[in-house]
Formats: sequence, C-alpha cells, structure tokens
Amino acid sequence: MGGWAIAVHGGAGVDPNLPLQRQEEAKRLLTRCLNLGISALRSNLPAIDVVELVVRELESDPLFNSGRGSALTEKGTVEMEASIMDGTKRRCGAVSGVTTVKNPVSLARLVMEKSPHSYLAFSGAEDFARQQGVEMVENDYFITEENVGMLKLAKEANSILFDYRIPLPGTCAAGAAATNTPIRMNGLPISVYAPETVGCTVVDSQGRCAAATSTGGLMNKKIGRIGDSPLIGSGTYAGKLCGVSCTGEGEAIIRATLARDVAAVMEYKGLGLQAAVDFVIKERLDDGKAGLIAVSSKGEVACGFNANGMFRGCATEDGFMEVGIW
Amino acid sequence: MGGWAIAVHGGAGVDPNLPLQRQEEAKRLLTRCLNLGISALRSNLPAIDVVELVVRELESDPLFNSGRGSALTEKGTVEMEASIMDGTKRRCGAVSGVTTVKNPVSLARLVMDKSPHSYLAFSGAEDFARQQGVQMVENDYFITEENVGMLKLAKEANSIMFDYRIPLPSTCSAGAAAAAAHNPIRMNGLPISVYAPETVGCTVVDRQGRCAAATSTGGLMNKKIGRSGDSPLIGSGTYAGKLCGVSCTGEGEAIIRATLARDVAAVMEYKGLGLQAAVDFVIKERLDEGKAGLIAVSNKGEVACGFNANGMFRGCATEDGFMEVGIW
Repeated sequence: MGGWAIAVHGGAGVDPNLPLQRQEEAKRLLTRCLNLGISALRSNLPAIDVVELVVRELESDPLFNSGRGSALTEKGTVEMEASIMDGTKRRCGAVSGVTTVKNPVSLARLVMEKSPHSYLAFSGAEDFARQQGVEMVENDYFITEENVGMLKLAKEANSILFDYRIPLPGTCAAGAAATNTPIRMNGLPISVYAPETVGCTVVDSQGRCAAATSTGGLMNKKIGRIGDSPLIGSGTYAGKLCGVSCTGEGEAIIRATLARDVAAVMEYKGLGLQAAVDFVIKERLDDGKAGLIAVSSKGEVACGFNANGMFRGCATEDGFMEVGIW
Repeated sequence: MGGWAIAVHGGAGVDPNLPLQRQEEAKRLLTRCLNLGISALRSNLPAIDVVELVVRELESDPLFNSGRGSALTEKGTVEMEASIMDGTKRRCGAVSGVTTVKNPVSLARLVMDKSPHSYLAFSGAEDFARQQGVQMVENDYFITEENVGMLKLAKEANSIMFDYRIPLPSTCSAGAAAAAAHNPIRMNGLPISVYAPETVGCTVVDRQGRCAAATSTGGLMNKKIGRSGDSPLIGSGTYAGKLCGVSCTGEGEAIIRATLARDVAAVMEYKGLGLQAAVDFVIKERLDEGKAGLIAVSNKGEVACGFNANGMFRGCATEDGFMEVGIW
C-alpha cells in the first residue's frame, strides 16, 4: 500500500437503455481524465491541484452534467455548483448559482484560498469571480443542443407527474421514455433525470487527500435549487484519512451527510476504506439512490453505489486501473 | 432519564464588555423562549414543531442576529439563512439569501415538507415563499437602528484591516480603535464587539424521544451579498437523527470544515459516546483554531452544550425540572 490513488466519476444512476455508443464515449472520457490525473500525480502535483485539474477537464467536456453540458434549469439556462476540499487542513470552498464562470470548481478553489469564506452563491459568487479575474463566458456556452432536447422531455414528464409519487400514465413521448425505463431517480424517469454530476478524489504520494464535485444540478430544476454537490460533508469531503465525492439523489446524500460519514466511520469506528464505503451506502441512504468514490491516505481506492450503475474510473500507483459503468 | 429536553442559543462568542443591561435582556429572551418551548412540549407538540416555534420567536425578537435584528450585509440590507432537521427520518430543509420572508425557519420547514428539495436559495427561495403564501415583508422590517450603527463600526474596522491576519495599527477612528483595543478578542478575524455571531438555534427531544433542531441567522456583519455560512448547511450548523439533535454557532468556516453538528451524532453512533462526552469531544477535536459552540439534546432526554468561544448565550431545560440560562 501507499503511493498515489485517483478516482473519478460522472454520476450514479445510469439509464439502462443508454446506447452503447454513449457508454463508449463516457468510458473514453473517464479514461482520459484518469490519465490526466495520473500524469499530474507522477509529476508530484499535490492532491488538491490534481482534483481541480481533473474536474476542470470534466467541466469542459460536454458529456456529463457539469460546466459545458450541464443540465438546464426550468428556464432553459444553466446554473452550476461545485465544492472542493483539501484534506490536509480540511480547508474547503464551494459555490452555487454560477452562470458565467467557465470552471466552477476553480471558483470554489478560489473561495477556499482567496476569501475568508467557505461558500459563495449567486451574485456573490459572480462578483467574486469578476474580482478574481477568472475566465467568464456567456451562459449559452454551457448549453448543448442535446440538453435542450432533454429539457423538453423533462417538461413533458413533469406535466404528467405533478406529484412524482403518482405512477405514470402510458400515452406520450415522455410516457414512452418512462415506461421503457421504469427506473427513477429523484422521482422521475432516469432517461431524463440521471444526475451525471462529476467528481474526483485523489491521494498523492505524500498521503494528502483531496476531493472535488461539480454539477449543473437537476434537469428542469427551479432557479435557486441547491443540491448536495456544493455542500461540504454531503457531496464532498476530505480529511487526513480519506477523500470522497458523491453523486445521486441530492436529498438522500444531504440527509446522509454521505461524504463525511465515510470518513467518520473510518475515524470513529476504525473501519478501512472499502468497509466504510460499503457501510455508508448500506446504512445511511434508506430509500435514497446514490454512489461515491473514495481514496484513503494509504493509497487505496474504493467506490460504492446502490443506484443503477455509476460512471467511474480508478487507478492506483501499483498499476491498477479500471473504468466502468455497471 | 427520558422525558423531554430543550436547549436554545443566541450565539457563541460574546463581547466580554457587553453591558449588564444587554446581558439581562438576553437572558430574559432566552428564558422566554425556553418557556415557550416547555409549554409546547408539555402540550405534546412534536419536537419538529417545537423547534420551529421557538426559532420563530427568536427571529421575531430584534435582540439576536436572526430575522428582525439580523446583521447587515455590506450594502446595509438583510440576507438571512436557516435550516431545520427532523431526526425521526432525517428529513431536512434549508434556505439562504432570504430577504422578504418574515420567518426564514418556517420557510426552511416548508422546503422540507412541501418541496422535493432540501435547499432553496435567493430568488428560488423567495419564489417558493410566494407560492406557499408565507408572510412576506419589506427588507427594512428586519433592519434595526442598532445594527445600522454596528455596520458603520464594522466598515471602519474593515478599512483598517484588509487582511484580518494583520494586527491593527493604532491610528484610526475612535470607535473602531476603542473597540479593538478594549476587545482584543476576535471572531471571524474581526473585533468581537461588531462581529459576534449571535446566530440563534433550538434543539429539542419530545416525550416520544423524537429529536429535532433548527438554526437561523442574518450571517456576518458587513458580509458580501451571497456569502453563506454554516447555519443553512445540514451537518454543519444543524443536525438531528435518532440519537440527538444539534444546533451550532460561531465561526462559519470552522463549523463547516468540522461538520460540527453531524459529528456530535456520528461520535455517539460510531464511538458509542454519551451526549456530553460527544459534545466535549467535537469541541475539543474538530475545531482546531476555530471558535464555536453548540447545544444538543439526546433521545434519552439529556441536554448538553459546549463551546470554546468566549461565552455562548444559551438556555436549557429538562422534564425533571432542571432549567438554566447562561452566557459565560
């Protein structure tokens, strides 16, 4: 054991009907991000820099739900959130309601390092971004044609299900999507509501852990709705023993304080990394669906999920490397 | 043991030069809120309703930093945040950036009960409030003359200390210099006389052993618009589960990195510590140089508090007749 380790994810809860071509695209992206992180780790870049670098890459690629390619709000705009945590001293930074900052994870890093605060949102986050001179773009930079189409489907699904506890009727486009995909996340058909939040967690050669998570949030979400991704302890956590990034149903992850609990179970119950991950997935989620990736200060990597699949990749210094979806 | 228990707080980190009259006012308010909660508990109101009721009372009173009487943003406005958690199923709700809703804690409750989300902020929170028909007011309802004066002092203190790690020079406005010279104690890097958190909170266990907690605040005096602290963050400022309920206050950054509220419960669940031992443990081990405090109750009817800051406005009571209100 010992040595560096890295894990990346592109969301827990995958449409079982996801076309093979999309699955391949996803695995290529995860592989590319892993390799980016691995090069950085071999160059001795500290963990905190590696997670930021990798998540920036995921944000720049339109495939998953972060940065460019983010899910759209009910108004057809993009509103992003992210958080980052440096395990060495448990410093952290987070942003929500970001609409013109090209890389939300980097803004979260600046909140951590260049402000006396931990969390900035909406106009406060945008003002800070301007002061810091980060790269700003128009909101439509983040919007993809594919997501415009998904928003339409989501609105159709919503107009049928004003209360998501009521089962779907059978006749309509979204209805067809839903009946072919009885799996639901966040109460709605997984084909339009797969979280696809992204994240990365890393332990470097010095045993320092870090983690970061970034997302556009829920498709068709109301303006101002905040999920678990910017919440330290829920979507992201890093301490002396481990780093964790989560994805899935935001409400479930928040009530579970999922990321913190992996570390807490290691610290307070003395469990090892995989055992801690298995424990929290089993015990803390109740009926919620989620997944997470984690690394330990000893160079181990682990993941766990109770959702239908999780886009993920992991690698350790001793040569282990794996990318998977199911 | 067993039976109900209740704790309330009005902030950790108290100006040691706080005039006696203010101290008495604070204790009267804490006592009144405790009694309100006790009546409710004796009427068998569930824990979640009791915490909301008590925090509403604290928000309505201009004394502490929540609702009316909130600290002011750098623009002289009020921007509030709150969270609430029901320990029975760990449901939760939170709001931030609230400017026209009379009782932020009640809006947080509605987010928990009436929306599929856990956290709404800014225009999203305000829109939801309108849809829900909650009581809305003009922003100046929340602004007190006293806080307008405090904001002025805070701006003077800030203009001297652009980096709070740099010690104060001695030549500056009398108010801020006096404040700093008489109050070498700092919270959030600035003189405690202008930056005392005074966040409010309540945590309760009812006779059925159900725990709940809620926290509400106007945030940091002279804060930038959009700055969120620990109070709306589940696991940091507020937590409630089967074993306990917790509400925290103090330096937001320290509470967040410590996931302070969750850790009290985690230490009980995963290390098997009792309530007071868990509270003492997290205050000692999780805060590093940060200053904070918290109140907690256990499902066994115990109550506890802990703080490493200079004082914490608090009150607690248990069904067997124990009652205590304190500052230092």
